[in-house]
Amino acid sequence: MKPYITGAVKLTIRIVILIALSGTVGLCEINAAPYDNDNTEKDFDPGSFIFDHIADSYEWHVFSFRGDHYSIPLPIILYCSESGLHFFMSNRFDHGYSTYKGFKIESEGPNKGNIVKVDEKGEALKDERLPLDISITKNVLAMFFSVMIILAIFITIGNRYRKKPVGVPRGFQSFFEPLILFVIDEIAKPAIGEKKHERFLPYILTLFFFIWINNMLGLIPLFPMGANVTGNISVTMGLALTSLIAVNFSGNKKYWGHIFNPPGIPGFLKFPIPLMQVIEVVGIFTKPFVLMIRLFANITAGHIITMGFFSLIFIFGERSPYFGFGISGISVLFGIFITFLEFLVALIQAYVFTLLTSLFIGAAVSDDH
Amino acid sequence: MDLITPDFGLFFWMIVSFTLVFVILKKFAWKPIVLAINERERNIEDGLKMAEKAKVELEHLHEKSEEIVSGANIEKESIIKKGRETKEQIIEEAKEQAKTSSQEILEVARKRIEEEKEAAIEQMKEQVSAASIEIAERILREKLTDEKAQKKLMEHYLNDFTVN
Repeated sequence: MKPYITGAVKLTIRIVILIALSGTVGLCEINAAPYDNDNTEKDFDPGSFIFDHIADSYEWHVFSFRGDHYSIPLPIILYCSESGLHFFMSNRFDHGYSTYKGFKIESEGPNKGNIVKVDEKGEALKDERLPLDISITKNVLAMFFSVMIILAIFITIGNRYRKKPVGVPRGFQSFFEPLILFVIDEIAKPAIGEKKHERFLPYILTLFFFIWINNMLGLIPLFPMGANVTGNISVTMGLALTSLIAVNFSGNKKYWGHIFNPPGIPGFLKFPIPLMQVIEVVGIFTKPFVLMIRLFANITAGHIITMGFFSLIFIFGERSPYFGFGISGISVLFGIFITFLEFLVALIQAYVFTLLTSLFIGAAVSDDH
Repeated sequence: MDLITPDFGLFFWMIVSFTLVFVILKKFAWKPIVLAINERERNIEDGLKMAEKAKVELEHLHEKSEEIVSGANIEKESIIKKGRETKEQIIEEAKEQAKTSSQEILEVARKRIEEEKEAAIEQMKEQVSAASIEIAERILREKLTDEKAQKKLMEHYLNDFTVN
């Protein structure tokens, strides 16, 4: 073993093995269940094929073999004001075919895909609020996995720096140091300023590497990676929220002055109808909103395109197996090309998100115009 | 679980994970990393400054050494020049000396030759006069045996005598 594999990395490896083992246990369970066999007769539907991958899920579909789908059940955590807290594994739902403890996964309507409460007949209760759902879904698990990877990498590197502050970077360190320096020198310093950037470095570095590593892991189609984490609007909303908090909590007098009394604007636009103020306040929220949409759209688009190319194989394969075989070469080639493009996009989107957040912070803390 | 509807569960876990990552990395990763990078930057800056200083010093030393070398060159030139001058002087002196001593020797030799010559001439005169007297004696003895001849000689002498 190379010396840089330290405790944190070993811990991660152990946890990954544990997850894989628990997955295997789940697989055995599912294997026994007659499930989705009718699906083999249906036509291939690229829309649902792609969107099943893009969307979050209560189970982790690992692979399919001869019409049987092999999935790993994930824990479901529900809170209902009447029945309290519920905790069970998602295989109780039988892939959405049965109800459990008065809950089921809705298969149609506006709540499609969510867990809803049901009555005795198994019909979803109308006019009922959805139970509070903090289940460990596919995306949550994938995010936890990348969180562990991020922690392992950067705690290891941090220890190296702590021990040898002026030593020559080695191993992981020499790979990540240029990126860290890039974030500091090309994003934080120019956007926020030489004097003030240091206070925001932990946030900016965390943001950059959180987005980048999640983007990258989303492109590796192996369990427990390959989920569309940063292409999920909830995740990008969370990231945008941190950006909103970072910008507005660091805003100085000048920043708020610009919002509530914008200089250089004719008075009638500010009083008696606070038109400019309304625009500025809306602006506070549109900035992170745009960040949220941009990251979500870019990463989701990448996943859709890649899946689309692979769908072509099955679409043509339905006409004739030879057709499918013929098209598969082109599809795989394009799929690989898009994947490489997505590696670039992963970095660019992390860069853009971090840079814009830094610029907003920079505008909020600057003393001059 | 719709595509564009945020889902509370995932959002909740996202905030939890991000906060966790932020707090842990802030303490265990970013702090030492930023500190180390700053320290390294300072080190490099110091090193560059030192190098600049050393460069200036080196230039200074270079100038100094050049000065020393040029000074040495001048000294060398002058030493060589002096040496050449001394050499010429010595040769000149030696020549002069040789000339005078040779002249002296010549003078002495000439004198000696003169003296020898005079002595030789003196000796020769004596010998010649002695020989001439002897010759004259012998001639006279031979001539005076004859009467007529005696008479003739007497007359010749007497002639010379009267004329004087």
